[in-house]
Amino acid sequence: MVKYLLKLKSAVLLLTFLFVFTNCDDDETENTTPSVTKAAVIENYAELVYANYVDTYNLAATLKQKIETFLANPTAETLADAKQAWLDSREPYGQTEAFRFYDGPIDDENGPEGQLNAWPLDESYIDYVSGNVNGADGNINVNIIGDAETFPTIDKDLIAAQNEDGGETNISAGYHAIEFLLWGQDLSEGAGGGDRPYTDYVTTDECTNGNCDRRGDYLLAATELLIDDLQILLDAWEPGAAYRTTFTSEDELENSLEKILIGIGKLSKGELAGERMFVAWDEKSKEDEHSCFSDNTHRDIVNNAKGIVNVYTGTYVWTDGTVVEGPGIDELVEQEDETLNTEMMELLNSAFTATEAIQAPFDQEFLAEPGRTRIKSAIDLLRSQGDKIAEISALFGFTLDPSDV
Amino acid sequence: MTSALACKGGFIWVMKAARKYSLILATVLYAVILLFESCQDKDDEIVWLEEGEQFSGGSTTVHDESVNAFGNAAPNLIGDKDLIFVTGNSFFNRNWVTAPSSTEDLDGLGPFFIARSCSSCHFKDGRGAPPEEGEQPVSLLFRLSIPGDSETGGPVGEPSYGDQFATNSILGVTPEGSVEIAYETISGSYADGETYTLRKPNYSFTDLGYGDFHASTMVSPRVAQHMIGLGLLEAIDDVTLNEFADENDADGDGISGKINWVWDFEAQTAKIGRFGWKANQPSVRQQVAGAFAGDIGITSSVFPEQACSSSEEDCQNAVNGGEPELRESILEKVTLYSSALAVPKRRDWDDEEVLKGKQLFFEANCTACHIPKITTGNHPDFPEFSNEVIRPYTDMLLHDMGDELADNRPDYLADGNEWRTPPLWGIGLIEEVNGHTNFMHDGRARSLEEAILWHGGEAEASKQEFLNMEKSDRQFLILFLESL
Repeated sequence: MVKYLLKLKSAVLLLTFLFVFTNCDDDETENTTPSVTKAAVIENYAELVYANYVDTYNLAATLKQKIETFLANPTAETLADAKQAWLDSREPYGQTEAFRFYDGPIDDENGPEGQLNAWPLDESYIDYVSGNVNGADGNINVNIIGDAETFPTIDKDLIAAQNEDGGETNISAGYHAIEFLLWGQDLSEGAGGGDRPYTDYVTTDECTNGNCDRRGDYLLAATELLIDDLQILLDAWEPGAAYRTTFTSEDELENSLEKILIGIGKLSKGELAGERMFVAWDEKSKEDEHSCFSDNTHRDIVNNAKGIVNVYTGTYVWTDGTVVEGPGIDELVEQEDETLNTEMMELLNSAFTATEAIQAPFDQEFLAEPGRTRIKSAIDLLRSQGDKIAEISALFGFTLDPSDV
Repeated sequence: MTSALACKGGFIWVMKAARKYSLILATVLYAVILLFESCQDKDDEIVWLEEGEQFSGGSTTVHDESVNAFGNAAPNLIGDKDLIFVTGNSFFNRNWVTAPSSTEDLDGLGPFFIARSCSSCHFKDGRGAPPEEGEQPVSLLFRLSIPGDSETGGPVGEPSYGDQFATNSILGVTPEGSVEIAYETISGSYADGETYTLRKPNYSFTDLGYGDFHASTMVSPRVAQHMIGLGLLEAIDDVTLNEFADENDADGDGISGKINWVWDFEAQTAKIGRFGWKANQPSVRQQVAGAFAGDIGITSSVFPEQACSSSEEDCQNAVNGGEPELRESILEKVTLYSSALAVPKRRDWDDEEVLKGKQLFFEANCTACHIPKITTGNHPDFPEFSNEVIRPYTDMLLHDMGDELADNRPDYLADGNEWRTPPLWGIGLIEEVNGHTNFMHDGRARSLEEAILWHGGEAEASKQEFLNMEKSDRQFLILFLESL
């Protein structure tokens, strides 16, 4: 177990902590006093959730800055910088998905999840794509960016309003809208993502594919909307915030513990292993992947898996390497059922390792061996991990169906 | 105990007889009711409580009272069907996008559409509702036709708008228009003097993109139904449905269940209609393909043609997302998913008041159409659903439900007054799953009580019984429905 744990960079420091703690635990068991309380675990959870969202927000702010720089001076270099900032911003965000699925601030009735991480993206609704669209011969204007008559002003409100068009989820906002506007449509037959020229944003005669100013408006507005949505999460989880105060209150301990387990159980089995990996593996469908424009889906998977490790072990490593750590679910389980905790820790290690073994790009990996076996192995482990989290929920008296997302 | 069980057996016999021969055997009935009442005095609960009745879907039943109560796979799926269910579920939930798109398997939305995904209307595999004031309908759609029969015996679509009114279109295609709903209030009262009000919808179609409707246009509103137990309903044998049918009311009980014979587009022959508000779809597969085509604008091997009328040129010219747009394997998986959604177990089925309500439901002859118990036949694709004792509370047949509820739009053999008896299983969980209690084909009823009050035609006598019940009895009956 120790050897595997070392592979988890995010848990290195925790490991040391755990060692010390386990020893304390042994001593204290004799006094029949629980060494770790639910209250302490939940408080630490709230702290790591907040840290993870602040990190996410900060990197989104950097992304906005890079996009502003790019729009002010569109070059191949400034575009590359903006793309890198997008990739960086996805690292902490992917980990926050372990805080979903229990009607918390991210995905309760008014939660911004559907707008932040909308997928699939209706790209030809947003901007030009290859080929004739909607029967208009070579007409590149049949989309929001191209149609200045229907959509005179492109701003946050316009993008958010598309939410109401034919469904309950957005298909034109969030990380993947920004990704599409930076990388462009993925036309590659084999490996490779989108290849949008920086000149799509040059507002002089060199503008390619038309409407360069409006395209820039959309890119900036989508980024601003993203930041607004992330702000909602900070407002809910900052120390003293109403949601966090209730979440960590004595009255809510049982409910909050159940929610924490729901979040990681469902992400592991139903969402990550099921929706995001099995479906693509099963249908072998090209571009059935979340970050298809940037070919970054392999990182989405690793970061989701990492988010589960974070929550279970009570730790978060900031982008700059700073570590937030405290009592995790592992210590609570250890007190109740040492074997169960050992099994869970082993699954966490093997599942995380398996997700890291998946090679980029994901849309090629699921087409042929040995990639298919690598993906399937990660799917199986993540499913088992979800079932194990359900067992842990049962240990605390909760019923959890980790398949149901 | 022995005498109580004998009474129970006697009761079931009586109810069957009552359904078929109530007028003829009135004297016998009276005698047995006397016998029955004496039994009840001994042990009311055991008489009405049936062993295993809480398992509405037989051995495919799941125990789930949560918001996800309709989203579970039947627990007895064999082979890799549970995994196919996962993929099917995913495509049921995913948004479709405009073609062309990088996500090739998910493009081809429209040109006209009502929703972007199956789950937009069947949220949590549950039931839709009419829109809030000022909003456009999503989970309530409108079928259009003009008088006459199509080549296959079905309705003839409105010449300019086709057979369904689309409230959305992709960019570059002129939308068909908007729907406005106004409700008129209808008041009434129970025998005990308590009053009630119902709301009756009137629809108008505005911002029409392709000119006025044909003068003889008939409109039928249809709300999205909850999705549970469809494979079980498909497994009911044709012979069983024929036994239920009594098209010319030969038994003279005023209730004439009728089979709708509808076109099976793949088999190219007429089959018994089982699904949809007017039983106009013969199979889950055709229902699924029909919804993909009509509601999302996704063509499939079953319906390869895009639903554009001859007036809708920009629709005809729009780029498609493949021919057909729906990959066959995805159609198969969504069909399996739609067939295999499990029926949740009943709650409080053994509660005294619920059992009292059940008794009232039976005595008011609601069971003439809402048949409580059926044994399924053999399902060719799902041995899991074969030979199961299920409690769907439907006969799957068409009945005249009165002028007030009529859509006045025929659909194959269903006339303008006829609707299919919808299954009642799961109705007590709609509020938990979907956050509303709207019922009937257009969601006009705002509660189960209002749903009962909208019954007319062949159900008029049963409704009258309800109107004449004491308030406490009416509440027991509702409690029974909520336990389903």
